[in-house]
Amino acid sequence: MAVAADVPKESFRLSMLIYDTRYRSITIQVVVLLLFGLFLAWLLNNTAQNLAIRGKQFNFTFLWQRAGYDIGQQLIPYTNDSTHFRALLVGLLNTLVVAIFGCVFATILGVVVGVLRLSKNWLVGRLMTVYVEMFRNVPLLLWILLSYVILSETTFEPKDFRVTDEMTAAGGAPAASMILFDTVAVTNRGTNVPAPLFNQHLGTLDLGPLSLNLTFLAYLVVIGGSVWVNRRVVAAARATQETTGVRPVTWWKSILILFAPVIALSLALGLHLEVPALKGFNFQGGILVAHSFTALLIALTLYTAAFIAEIVRSGIMAVSHGQSEAAFALGLRPGRTMSLIILPQALRVIIPPLISQFLNLTKNTSLGLAVSYLDLKGTLGGITLNQTGRELECMLLMMLIYLTISLSISVAMNAYNNSVQIKAR
Amino acid sequence: MAQTSQTDFVRTRMVPPAPPPSGEAGVVKWARENLFSGWFNSILTVAGVLAIWWLLSAMLPWWLNGVWVADSLGQCREIVAAQAGEGASGACWAMVRERWHQFLFGFFPRAEWWRPILAFGLLFAALAPVLFAGQPRRLAILLGGVAAFLLVTLWLAGAPGAVWVFAVVLMAGLSALAQRRPGLLLVFTALYAVFVFWLLWGGSIWSPVSTLLGFALLAAVYRAAVGAVGSSVAAGLGIVAAAVWWLRLGGPVLSIPAGVLDFSLVPVASDQFGGFLLAITIGVTAISCSLPIGILLALGRKSDLLVVKGLSVGFIEFIRGVPLITLLFTASLLLQYFLPPNTNFDIILRVIILVTLFQAAYLAEVIRGGLAALPSGQYEAADALGLDYWRAQRLIILPQALKVSIPGIVSSFIGLFKDTVLVAFVGLYDPLKGVTGIVRSDIDWKGIYWEPYIFVGAIFFVICFGMSRYSMYLERKLKTDHH
Repeated sequence: MAVAADVPKESFRLSMLIYDTRYRSITIQVVVLLLFGLFLAWLLNNTAQNLAIRGKQFNFTFLWQRAGYDIGQQLIPYTNDSTHFRALLVGLLNTLVVAIFGCVFATILGVVVGVLRLSKNWLVGRLMTVYVEMFRNVPLLLWILLSYVILSETTFEPKDFRVTDEMTAAGGAPAASMILFDTVAVTNRGTNVPAPLFNQHLGTLDLGPLSLNLTFLAYLVVIGGSVWVNRRVVAAARATQETTGVRPVTWWKSILILFAPVIALSLALGLHLEVPALKGFNFQGGILVAHSFTALLIALTLYTAAFIAEIVRSGIMAVSHGQSEAAFALGLRPGRTMSLIILPQALRVIIPPLISQFLNLTKNTSLGLAVSYLDLKGTLGGITLNQTGRELECMLLMMLIYLTISLSISVAMNAYNNSVQIKAR
Repeated sequence: MAQTSQTDFVRTRMVPPAPPPSGEAGVVKWARENLFSGWFNSILTVAGVLAIWWLLSAMLPWWLNGVWVADSLGQCREIVAAQAGEGASGACWAMVRERWHQFLFGFFPRAEWWRPILAFGLLFAALAPVLFAGQPRRLAILLGGVAAFLLVTLWLAGAPGAVWVFAVVLMAGLSALAQRRPGLLLVFTALYAVFVFWLLWGGSIWSPVSTLLGFALLAAVYRAAVGAVGSSVAAGLGIVAAAVWWLRLGGPVLSIPAGVLDFSLVPVASDQFGGFLLAITIGVTAISCSLPIGILLALGRKSDLLVVKGLSVGFIEFIRGVPLITLLFTASLLLQYFLPPNTNFDIILRVIILVTLFQAAYLAEVIRGGLAALPSGQYEAADALGLDYWRAQRLIILPQALKVSIPGIVSSFIGLFKDTVLVAFVGLYDPLKGVTGIVRSDIDWKGIYWEPYIFVGAIFFVICFGMSRYSMYLERKLKTDHH
């Protein structure tokens, strides 16, 4: 029997590192790794030299020094005696609050606009197209600056809200008046909105550097609990439907479960609204929302909503026409067709780009710098950086925080995305 | 049979078709189907009409009462009040009339305006072979348009006669080339890319020549070595040779001809750049440099080599995770730490580098989507043909992947162009915040806000909308499937 001749064993030659595909990939990787290592070493060496020349250290102890500057909008207690770290936290919360409100409002507006753009109504469709194209093709910064300028330069001064005796005598009205049943006053200094106040406080819980507001925590627990119970009720109803074919009526249970505990808690704590009122030269009471916040929120919402509208539109259009025809053939009404057939399928197309829009919005909050909104960029990357002169530490820390936020959003949304995708078997 | 049926009447002529009922034709039918097809639709229509009415009633008088000739906002308001009565609103376009040059050129010296104008016009001549490859008619129209634009604007800007003649000769030459050898237009594109920076920043002509010679050296070394050592090593050798030329040899060697013949333009410092000149310079440079880097990053992310893949993923995710502003501040604050001591280079260049890297990471993700959309049969077919990695990418994979990702690429370009206004935060005079800030802080124009923002916004809109329409056209043109 002829035995297939053995392949002659080649001895290893150095040139095989380049010309033999078995070894070439290793060569390339080693070379790349070496080059990258050299590059890193070069950067670190330069940085060390530059720090030495400037006589600076690289450490984060400055975070525990006194900040010494004031922040207009603070969601946690902060004074100018607090540390830079506390200022960082205030800035981070300011970033997050704009990002969260912006994402919610932009999604609502974007979905409405996207659906309306597809409507058979010619006029509304055209109007929505104009809106989308106008906002998509002009820089976000313009919308931020324009909203800020309009809010702060065209609104009235607090004194214009005053009702004097002569006016009442003459039957005239003041130059400006409060809106929304006399609860909200938009002046050139900011927007005064009613503040929720409690007759009883549950106090705060001190945990070293952090202090937790127990009232806030109580609301969180109650709302979370009601949502959880409500989900159980709905799940039970679905189980009944699947076994018997009859779906028990649950809407009144849901409303009761979702709203009754919150209302009960509010009544127990004595929740009431403190409406701002003109006293002296300014409005007193309530919460003063700075125009920088409002302008940033309006601009981010309108700008991102235009993008979300396009995503929603393309998602709905991606569902094949046969699906809605099949639903109609089954006798489903248009509303149920939309909610049961089209939207669940469209969601699969919509969610991945929606995630990146949320990420964009969160990163775009850093443009609040243009209107002096003290977010993370304004506190850590702005005033703290300028006061302490620690460019390297501040910028690196800030990038790290933004990176963490972005990655957490994308992890969370990707998990949600995986839960709505078709399960391939 | 006597009972023949007697028909009294047999129609011999057809009745002419009657027009449809008035409710089923023309405007009424259209309105019923498109505006009032149900109660909800009717409400929407009424709301839409009300919204339009409200907008128009607020804006139309303001537009119609616009004032074009005035010295200050106060004077504008007086003219409006005199014309349309007390309390009437009116736009003050006189600001645009007086300050338009700052919005376009920043503080570029007035005598040198012809340089950005020439650069802008020739940009389209350089883009022509890329935008309309293989379409002589559109190419000719575009080149003709550029020629007309240059002739008029150069004359208006008071360019020296020699420049005007140069523009005429160049455009005539390019048009002739477009008819005879359209492929050679790409040579002009390459030359433009090298010489435009000299045209804008000025200085001696020998520095762009040195750059050009460096690239020529790279190409020559690659050609000579590729047969012997393979493409990747040859490319490495070429880059080393070019770097040696640029860093060490170029200056001394070229000082010899520079001593004999020195031709230079008035140098313009970077802080004199501003307005749309700055936005377009940064935008176009970053766009053209980021595409090749983005492609390499996307290929790196899909690579089998673990190290290359890891580095690409790390770079892309880091850049995409932080806002552009932080990268711009890195350019202005941190680069001085990362570079060797006492290196200091131009702020615009630093910003362009960072913006390019930023854009490359986003492009890499878009192109990765295009690569993922290709069926794996394409990769296998390329392997079966025996193509090596780079040939397979260049001939099989990338042409298809890039075609799929055109909409994404263009929309990311649009995003980049809009983001160029963020350079205002590192002290450059972008049209939106920088120049508008200067205008609004002038005592004459204090308190003006709609007009500058509308002016700048309109220009941005035209450019970005044009880009998105071009991408739709390109998508249609490249569509090869037959649905």
